Amino acid sequence: MDVLIDAFGWLADGENWRGPNGVPTRLLEHVELTVASVVIACLIAIPLALWLGHIGKGGTLAINVSNVGRAVPTFAVLVLLFLTPLGLSVWSTIIALILFAIPPILTNTYVGMREVDRDAVDAARGMGMDGMQLLRKVELPLAAPLLMNGVRLAAVQVVATATIAALVAAGGLGRIITSGFGRQDYPQMVAGAMLVAALALIVEGLMEWLQHRLDPMRRARRIRVRRAPDVIEAVTGS
Amino acid sequence: MALFGPSHAATLADNCLVRNEWICPEYVRSRQDEILSALGEHVWITVASMVVGTLVAFGLALVARRWRRLEGWILGSSTVLYTIPSLALFSLLYPLMLSFTGSGLTSTTVIVGLVLYSLTILVRGILTGLDSAPADVRDAAVGMGYGRGRLLWRVELPLALPTIFASLRVAAVSTVALTTVGLVVGHGGLGNLIFQGLRSNFKPEVLTASVLCVVLALVADVVLLGLQRMATPWRRRAA
Repeated sequence: MDVLIDAFGWLADGENWRGPNGVPTRLLEHVELTVASVVIACLIAIPLALWLGHIGKGGTLAINVSNVGRAVPTFAVLVLLFLTPLGLSVWSTIIALILFAIPPILTNTYVGMREVDRDAVDAARGMGMDGMQLLRKVELPLAAPLLMNGVRLAAVQVVATATIAALVAAGGLGRIITSGFGRQDYPQMVAGAMLVAALALIVEGLMEWLQHRLDPMRRARRIRVRRAPDVIEAVTGS
Repeated sequence: MALFGPSHAATLADNCLVRNEWICPEYVRSRQDEILSALGEHVWITVASMVVGTLVAFGLALVARRWRRLEGWILGSSTVLYTIPSLALFSLLYPLMLSFTGSGLTSTTVIVGLVLYSLTILVRGILTGLDSAPADVRDAAVGMGYGRGRLLWRVELPLALPTIFASLRVAAVSTVALTTVGLVVGHGGLGNLIFQGLRSNFKPEVLTASVLCVVLALVADVVLLGLQRMATPWRRRAA
């Protein structure tokens, strides 16, 4: 257990919280890599999944992309991309992170779109909505919980993959683990692992909160059930 | 000497090892032993993790069914474990294994980590499967005098097999992929080769090990599908 105590000692040492190898710098790198990759993956996967779900095609692709993503080791992809001419730039890491963030978003959004109540879609069409209105006002709000679930899974996946990226080239908190491992400084390795685990759990919690907050149906339910008088006030402006 | 000079130079130039090409049969031939031993370690770690993971998950699922209050707690804590990145989990297990077994840089550390990861998928799958037996089927069995144990073994478990096998397949495929990260404690199977290839900038080693990893995941999936077919012959007859 000495390693564990020494790990806490490492975390308590102010020297480890300063400079280019300090915890704040590594944390910022990790967060930057994560945010950039998740945002780009969302920009690619969400429109594609909404479109496929809207026209009701490409289900095999949207589902199987997740199965393939699970079978391919993230570490292998990181190393393979690093050995390409892209390797030395940060883009090889970001591309790998995006590749592993796309499957959960694509699959969950697609399933969310397909699970939208067909009666609601028929009713919306009967009311004269065109494709775009149907997507914006009916399908997207109803698919939102699963869409956000996909983004949450992707964010957690990217935090984990960005950690492994430190074995290859990238910065981030994983660097603290790998440099501890490389120098056989095991307290540092364990301290880094604690920081990474804490970050992952915080991201998971934050995304869960966001998922809850951004669920349009939750707001609709609350308005209908509990806050009906307030809404009438708000709508009529009284 | 002049006679051998050019031919020697020619073999050097023709060799895909020397040109560091991604695809290189010569690499596979000359490093056969190294590749097979890494593959062997990968298979051993995966199989051991899956066997232990299944047994532990089954036990936890039974505990969760017996005392329903514990169900949320068991599912919740396994989800928290799943959130922790693999590299961090293996690193955190290292000091624990060091104090319990005297050495942390062993394949046991990797297996313990992989078992913890597989629990999230397996406990959920086993619970969903066991709970999916229709109430009237259960009533019929109880009416025929089946006790709790026989009900589980003869009725609920067979009916749960398709769901359990589905979760086993998901767990096996991700376990094969995650094993590579075990290189952080020196036992990542094919992951060791990938890391070695990265350090020496040796492309055929990285690609060969990566492809073998994906193939191994597919093989695990197909083997479990075959086992499922054998374990549920009545479904084939019905279809």
